[in-house]
This record gives sequence, structure tokens and C-alpha cells, in this order.
Amino acid sequence: RVLELTGCAASMVVSSRSYADFTPEATFDIKKVDLHRLEEGPPLTATLTREEGLKYYRTMQTIRRMELKADQLYKQKIIRGFCHLYDGQEACAVGIEGGITLSDHLITAYRAHGYTLTRGGTVREIMAELTGRRGGIAKGKGGSMHMYTKNFYGGNGIVGAQVPLGAGVALACKYLGNDQLCVSLYGDGAANQGQIFETYNMSSLWKLPIIFICENNQYGMGTSVERSSASTEYYKRGDYIPGLRVDGMDVLCVREATKFAADHCRSGKGPILMELQTYRYHGHSMSDPGVSYRTREEIQEVRSKSDPISMLKDRMLSNNMASIEELKEIDIAVRKEIEDAAQFATTDPEPPLDDLCSHIFATDQPFDVRGATPWTKLTSTS
Amino acid sequence: MAAAARFLLRGAVSKASIANVNVGVQSSFGITLLRLSPNCSSKTKTQRRNAAHFTYYPDPVPTEYGPTTKMNLFQSVTSALDNTLASDPTAVIFGEDVAFGGVFRCTVGLRDKYGKDRVFNTPLCEQGIVGFGIGAAVAGATAIAEIQFADYIYPAFDQIVNEAAKYRYRSGNLFDCGNLTIRAPWGCVGHGSLYHSQSPEAFFAHCPGIKVRHSSLLSCFFFVCFAVEQVPTEAYTIPLSQAEVIQEGSDVTLVAWGTQIHVLREVANMAQEKLGVSCELIDLQTILPWDTETVCKSVAKTGRLLISHEAPITGGFAAEISSTVQEECFLNLEAPIARVCGYDTPFPHIFEPFYIPDKWKCFDAVKKLISY
Repeated sequence: RVLELTGCAASMVVSSRSYADFTPEATFDIKKVDLHRLEEGPPLTATLTREEGLKYYRTMQTIRRMELKADQLYKQKIIRGFCHLYDGQEACAVGIEGGITLSDHLITAYRAHGYTLTRGGTVREIMAELTGRRGGIAKGKGGSMHMYTKNFYGGNGIVGAQVPLGAGVALACKYLGNDQLCVSLYGDGAANQGQIFETYNMSSLWKLPIIFICENNQYGMGTSVERSSASTEYYKRGDYIPGLRVDGMDVLCVREATKFAADHCRSGKGPILMELQTYRYHGHSMSDPGVSYRTREEIQEVRSKSDPISMLKDRMLSNNMASIEELKEIDIAVRKEIEDAAQFATTDPEPPLDDLCSHIFATDQPFDVRGATPWTKLTSTS
Repeated sequence: MAAAARFLLRGAVSKASIANVNVGVQSSFGITLLRLSPNCSSKTKTQRRNAAHFTYYPDPVPTEYGPTTKMNLFQSVTSALDNTLASDPTAVIFGEDVAFGGVFRCTVGLRDKYGKDRVFNTPLCEQGIVGFGIGAAVAGATAIAEIQFADYIYPAFDQIVNEAAKYRYRSGNLFDCGNLTIRAPWGCVGHGSLYHSQSPEAFFAHCPGIKVRHSSLLSCFFFVCFAVEQVPTEAYTIPLSQAEVIQEGSDVTLVAWGTQIHVLREVANMAQEKLGVSCELIDLQTILPWDTETVCKSVAKTGRLLISHEAPITGGFAAEISSTVQEECFLNLEAPIARVCGYDTPFPHIFEPFYIPDKWKCFDAVKKLISY
């Protein structure tokens, strides 16, 4: 048997049962998906292998712990600025990545830490970026909202502005004929931006391989969806674009829907829109306690009934796909990884002053950048 | 009626805010929905950044405008809006999250007092907000639109520059949106990074047909007004395009607006103490149209000018001031006009303390002006 589990070497020794005891894979019923302009939808069952399950569990737990650590560091004022946390929505990032490959493209808005991880970033780089150090994934120049990796275009501050960009990436995919697609994410608040509708039109007209995903976490900052949107059926907002409404708290549901959407795009049928119904535990950002527009009871209810990590854990345990000890081992390993990363993020030096002016333009020759006073100049390199 | 709204706005701000302002709020520009960040950090950890890059000195209490009361900038804006809604039945306030009080607490209590059809939230759509505001103003209502941060105003740029600014001109005065006011917080806060720190005044200064106005107190608001006549309707108003000479002096003229005024005030004190140089400090207040007379008169007196703003230096508004002053006061100038501004880079994340035109850079510039 292949016993290579992502980063879980310890569990091989500690677990008292042999691996022959565990169920290698199981099939689960998943919620039916609401369809718009589609005859058929994703399947009603999903198959999960043990390896996949452990991988998803570990990734979701890493995101969760990383966000909570960021919360802690923010309150200690080691991370400053604006910090938008993703805990509660882990199933979306992990499920989407499960349905596409790393050679596909993805772009999202500012709640981007989870995606930075699933798209190939490391926790160390992410945390160092939050604290603005040179080891950060954007060399410390972007911060929380501006993280990038290969085929991951951020990390964007202006609401809705990333969606037309995603269409452009999709156009490049089509033009280059590489069978790749672009996943463009936005939130329920952004769904009312004009440029999103412009993008729907262009991508439909030119049949671009783009998956629009609306992460509906019920609140656009402090405004609930009922108070901001004339239609809260975001999966239908694309009108002529087929849509799916998916339970965003179930990683398997998200994965199957993403696979379905990816097939749709790759077969040349053009764009498709997915609404993921999800929830964020934290407020909009670290400046928002998150309880002035919703009740603590509501947050508690979602945590106890629909938490994505708990859901996966229950599934795996009740189907004998993993043991409690094994999952605990993963938790411990994740905690350690986060601690190390936080340590790195706190001690890594800040970027050098020259970086203030670097990478403004692409240039062969360094050029001078005018500074705060006529006699101060810095040299910009690229 | 057209101009009333802005005057009430401006009027009430001045009435209250020139009084003793709550010093504690000044460093909390990173104002959060519920929590104010603490005043200047006294922690010694070197990695930490201080909350504010200047020290705040409150203005002396004015006596000519009637009774005054202690308010910070946000409260005075709220008070101004309160007066507007009370006296003008067509006034409406709208924007993202204004109903509960706004992310900067400028509309606290107004919805309860005046009702949800006069103070209401819009969805997340800046272009829509401004377009909607223009329509409301053209139809006769006094519209007060709020853009949550000036960095978000760009989707609305077309509406402001192409529609609002040109309405009166292109319709031969048949229609106008003089009733429209757009409010947006701007300026750096210490940790705002690329998209919560920008100063876009220069983009709008280039657009005839709108008026661009700042409030010079604690944190700064960027008013975009469309007035034609200056008709006072409240007991207290301030003319829209007048700069204020905050401090008189004889050696160097310092010009700024917004938070930078406080930086320059400190620089003026430092210059007096350390160099024996007497600085005249002018708060420009209105960017467009700007008070050329006050500035030129001052430069004619002192012969030296320093202009400072947070926006990048190339094409920043200091360039316009500099150019006009050298035209008008060429023979009066003793030294080249100094501009102390932000670098020509996007507003940085962690490099902010190096980027901003802080008091040391300004002081250095004053030294160079004196010894030219």
C-alpha cells in the first residue's frame, strides 16, 4: 500500500491500527445542487479516498489554524493593516482546488489567505507577507490583500475589479489553446458591481473558459444579502449563463460541482456560474467584531451544525477511514507548522529600503524615482 | 438652495471643530467599526510602528460664531449633516453602510432621527452611487453621497468627471447638479496600505466644473461640491474657496491641506525653535478653485514657499500651486519653490513611514530654503 500521506509521517508510527483496517475509499451522499439553465447537474454522490480525505482535512485545518494565528498576531499588533480572515469558508478553497489542477488559473478578492495556500503558497510565506517581511510571498510589499503565486492572480483590494481580469486570463487560455481554465471568485457584496455584468456578457459572447464563483457568506461586510441585493439567487444572476447553487460548507459538494463546472468549460461550452453558500466566523476584517449585524447564536449554530472541518472529520471517522489519533496527529503537526511560520514571520527582517521604489515599471536600466523632496531620489530596479 | 447643503456642511464643521477637539481621536484614523486604536504607542519594541506621524495641537476657541462645544471631526460632520437634514427637507444621505453610522461614524443616529427613506444604504456600487446621486440632485433633491474610502472612488470617476462636472455647462444652465455633495475619507492612516490611503485630489483638480474641498482637522474629508453661488442660509458659513492663514510668519510660507497641516505646524514650531525662522502656515482648504490670492500675497511677503502633500510628487497638486506662484511672484522668490510629497510609487504597505512627507523631510526642506 502506498503510505505516503502529505506531511503526516508521524501518524505511521503512532497509529495502533494497521492500515489494512481502514476503509480505503467510501462514497457519500451529497446535497442536491440547484440548477439554472442546466438539464443535469453534478452527481448526488461523491467518492472520497482515504488519502484525499486526509489531505483535505490537513489543508482545511492548516487554513483554519493559520487564520486564527493571524487573528492572534493582529491583536498583538504584529500584523497591521487590513486583514480579512477566511475561517469557516475552508471547504470552498479546498473543494475548488480538488476540482481543478494547479495548471488552471484562479483569481479572487481580498479574502485570499486560503487560496494562497491551496494554490501552492506555504504558511511561512503567507504569514511573513502578513507581517510585511522580506520572506513574504510578495516580498512584503503587498500585505494581506495582495498575495500571489504561480497561476494565482491574487489577492485584489477593489471589490469586483478582479472579475474582468479573470475573464482576460480565460481569454489567454482559450487563445493559447492549452485546455486550461480560469476560476474567478467574488463575494455576495461584489455581485452587485457593474463590471461583473460586463464580464458575464463578454465571456458568454466569446465562450471563454471561465468559472465564475460567488462565495456567498450572507454578508457584504455588515450588510446582509437581503438588504443589499434585489435578487439573492446569485447563481441566476448570470441570466444567460448556466448556474449552480452549491452547499459551500461541504468540501465534497464543492469539489463535485467544480469538476462539473470544469468539464463544462473545457468542452467549449463557455462560462458557468457557481454560487457557494458558505459562512465566515470572523467579521469582515479584523476591524469588525462581526456581531453588530448578526447574532452570536447564529455564528454558534453554523459552527456546531455545518463546520466544514467537523463535517469531514465525522464522515471519515464514521466510515472508518481514519482514526481519532491520526487526525489528532495531523492537528499537532499543523499547529507546529503554524508556530514555526509565526516565529519566522515575526523575526524575519523587513524588506530593504530600495524595494520602496523597485518594480514600478519593467525596465532594463535602473532609473531614478523622484522622492519626497527635490534632492531625494531612489533608484528603481526591476 | 443649490449651495445651501455645502454651507451647512462646512458651516457646522467649523462651528464645532474649531473648538477644543478631542485629542485622543487623532491617532485613531485607522478607525474601526467599534474599536478605536489607542493613541501613540509607547511600546519600545522596534518592529512596531507608531500610530501617528505628527503631534496634534488644537486650534484656539473661536468667539465669533456663538457657543461652541467639544467635538471631534466625525462628530462635527455628523452635526453638520444633522443640521442639513433638519433644515432641508429634500436632503438625503446614502452610501455604503451609512445606516448604522458609517465606518467612520459620520452618520451616527441620523437614520433613527430622520427615517430610513432619508438615510439609507446602497449596495456595493460606487459608479451607481454617484450616478444615482447626480440624478437625485438634478431632480432637485439635496444629495449627499458617501464613498467609503477615496481609494474606491475610481469606478465613479467617469460619472463625476463626465456627467456631474459638465451637466450645467452642456445644458446651458438648464440643468445642474449643484445639490450634490460627495464625501470620501482620504489620506494615510499608518497601516492603510495601497487601497486605504490614497489622496486622489490631483485627479479631480484637473476637472473644471467641480469643487474639491478638504477639512483640515484630525482626519480629512474630501468634499466634492458643485456649487455656483455662495448663498449663506445658516447663521454660520465659511466661503468655499478661501484659504486660511493658520499662523502668521515672515520668512517661509508653508502650504498644505488635510492632515499635513498638523505635520507642518510641528515643522513651523521646530523651525522657530531650532532655526529662528518664522513660518507662515496656510491651510489651502479648497483645492479647486484654490485661493491664489492668499498664497501669492504670502509668498510676496516671505519670498520662500514650501508645499507638502501625501500624494505622489509628479503631477501632484503642489505642481499647480508651484507653477502659478512662480508666474505671479517670480521676482519675489528668494529660493526655488520646494515640494515635499510622496514618492512616485503606489502607496506602500510596510514602507509607509519612509514614503510619507513627514516632519523631518519638511524641516530639511525649510533649512534648504533658508540657506539657498
